[in-house]
Amino acid sequence: MGILEVKGVNKRFGGLQALGDVNLSVAENTVHAIIGPNGAGKSTLLNCLVGKLIPDTGSVMFDGKSVLGRTPYEINQMGISRVFQTPEIFGDLTVFENMVIPAFAKRDGAFRMHAFESVANEKDICIRAEQMLVDLNMQDKMRMHSASLSRGDKRRLEMAMCLLQEPRLLLLDEPTAGMARADTNNTIDLLKEIKEKRDITICIIEHDMHVVFSLADRITVLAQGTPLVEDAPENIRGNPKVREAYLGEAA
Amino acid sequence: MLGLDKKDATILLVVIALALLAPFLLNPFPSNSGLAQFNAGYPDLMQRFVIFGIFAIGFNILFGLTGYLSFGHAAFLGVGSYSAVWMFKLLSMNVLPAILLSIVIAGLFSVLIGYVSLRRSGIYFSILTLAFAQMSFNLAYSVLTPITNGETGLQLTLDDPRVLGQTATASGNIPATNVFGLEMRSTYTMDVGAWSFDFNAGYYLCAIIMILAFYLSLRIFRSPFGLMLRAVKSNQQRLNYTGLNPKPYTLAAFIISGMYAGLAGGLLASMDPLAGAERMQWTASGEVVLMTILGGAGTLIGPVLGAGFIKYFENIFSKINDNVLHQWFSFLPEGMEDTLVFLLHPFVGKGWHLTLGILFMLVVTFLPGGLVEGGQRLSRLFRRRSRDTDTTPDPEHHPKESPHVAE
Ligand SMILES: Nc1ncnc2c1ncn2[C@@H]1O[C@H](COP(=O)(O)OP(=O)(O)O)[C@@H](O)[C@H]1O
Ligand SMILES: [Mg+2]
Repeated sequence: MGILEVKGVNKRFGGLQALGDVNLSVAENTVHAIIGPNGAGKSTLLNCLVGKLIPDTGSVMFDGKSVLGRTPYEINQMGISRVFQTPEIFGDLTVFENMVIPAFAKRDGAFRMHAFESVANEKDICIRAEQMLVDLNMQDKMRMHSASLSRGDKRRLEMAMCLLQEPRLLLLDEPTAGMARADTNNTIDLLKEIKEKRDITICIIEHDMHVVFSLADRITVLAQGTPLVEDAPENIRGNPKVREAYLGEAA
Repeated sequence: MLGLDKKDATILLVVIALALLAPFLLNPFPSNSGLAQFNAGYPDLMQRFVIFGIFAIGFNILFGLTGYLSFGHAAFLGVGSYSAVWMFKLLSMNVLPAILLSIVIAGLFSVLIGYVSLRRSGIYFSILTLAFAQMSFNLAYSVLTPITNGETGLQLTLDDPRVLGQTATASGNIPATNVFGLEMRSTYTMDVGAWSFDFNAGYYLCAIIMILAFYLSLRIFRSPFGLMLRAVKSNQQRLNYTGLNPKPYTLAAFIISGMYAGLAGGLLASMDPLAGAERMQWTASGEVVLMTILGGAGTLIGPVLGAGFIKYFENIFSKINDNVLHQWFSFLPEGMEDTLVFLLHPFVGKGWHLTLGILFMLVVTFLPGGLVEGGQRLSRLFRRRSRDTDTTPDPEHHPKESPHVAE
């Protein structure tokens, strides 16, 4: 039994079958990649896992509990964090403030009326936020407005915000899209390090095959909303079905 | 100091100094000089400065931090006033229980209105609050006449019970509002040469409460709660996916700002014990929006500045009539004098709205951060000037620091 179990999920948008009978099992403490051509339904699948969309049929279980019908913040509090395809950060706030918010969410839950403490006096929270920024080599940008970060840095910030919560399942939607080669390699190293250091399960959607093959333990290939194959990376490379549906097209 | 860092403590001290010294600061001109009409240091007006300051400080907690623009906050102001007057009628003329009830009742109202209105955001939220406020206004004006005394407004009478106080004074008058015997209307006038300064008990009560209200808002701005409110404004999607529920945060901000409005309404009634439905009208709700934006939404001190600015215009600028203009320009040749007065006429006296409107447009266009941004730009200009005169220019590159919410 995996930490994430998706069974028989269907999702239609009007006449379009975005997801058709998706079954997916992600084992704990592994990196599971989902690949597939544009429009295959990868982001839609992710949205069904985090409460953004509700599947028409099927079930999604995380750690033995259903996530369906729960709100995004409840699902996050269960231990699922998500990085978006286009970075979602608090653009009006500083990088440091961006980091502090998930730390509070982790410690205090979905709502707490702490109107009389001062953020600056929450030493444990501030130290955690700073430490994470140091780990990501972003400490010099701490006081910057996060809206003025480069696109790559915004992604890293968003990832840092998610990691700070020490989620049990981290969902990444094309985390290296639009990144320069060097930044992509940094991200790979970072994810490898996280994977080794922590008990974390990562589910990653990725276009860049270099990233996928350097990180993934398992790969699911999605095409037109349906999983084509699920296998170890070395078997995916040679699979003729995959070549036809995806790699062939990309090449 | 008081859980504030150095910069915030300075801001608080400035506000305290301004509030306590207002009777001097607002009366800079000798009382018999031609400029005396620009003096704003009389009790009535000073009370309104700080009371509307409180109203705007509270409004800013909702609008400035979360970005939710309420067009119905005057409803809470009115509810506060009615509650206070009822307290004066039934309990006693002591203002403290009256103010407390104002805050509580306004708080209850804002739970209800906030809960419903916050189901939507953006323009729909604004319209919902506006609709609620208009409903309240109409209820107060007609349907709820037994409670609000309709269009006449709620007033004290000589046969109110006042169970803990007296129904009428020995001389047969309605007793005055007071704090444990200190009457709100009692004023000490100090004459210094040609100047005259009024120290009014009511003003100082309002000023102290305003300082407390400001301190509270300062703490909220710096708290994790305040940070969450700013996060609501910045990106609700991210907030949701970070495991935080934006709803209770926004509702809490709404209730707090409603209670501030109730407090302001209670104070208005404490200074002048009557309450009318017009206090709830949409123009009154619009006024606090203007105050906050003019001063600088989301800044600490902006709302107070904006409130002072608008109240000054309303009360002082509106008194400049054609006679005054003629007086000013009497040194000019007849023809020029008349032309000038003719040209200025639409902008002064009853035309003060026009001038305020133009100023508002200028500020919003050129200083989106309001008067506070204007102040910051000026001080930066001066600092740069003084740095330019330094013989050793700083060779280091200064990265642009992100603006601080306060200042
Ligand atoms: N909210 C939506 N409403 C309608 N159609 C959608 C919506 N989201 C995605 N789709 C459609 O569903 C299909 C799958 O989209 P998506 O999951 O974003 O693909 P991928 O992430 O694999 O590129 C696409 O054809 C897309 O246009
Ligand atoms: Mg996608």
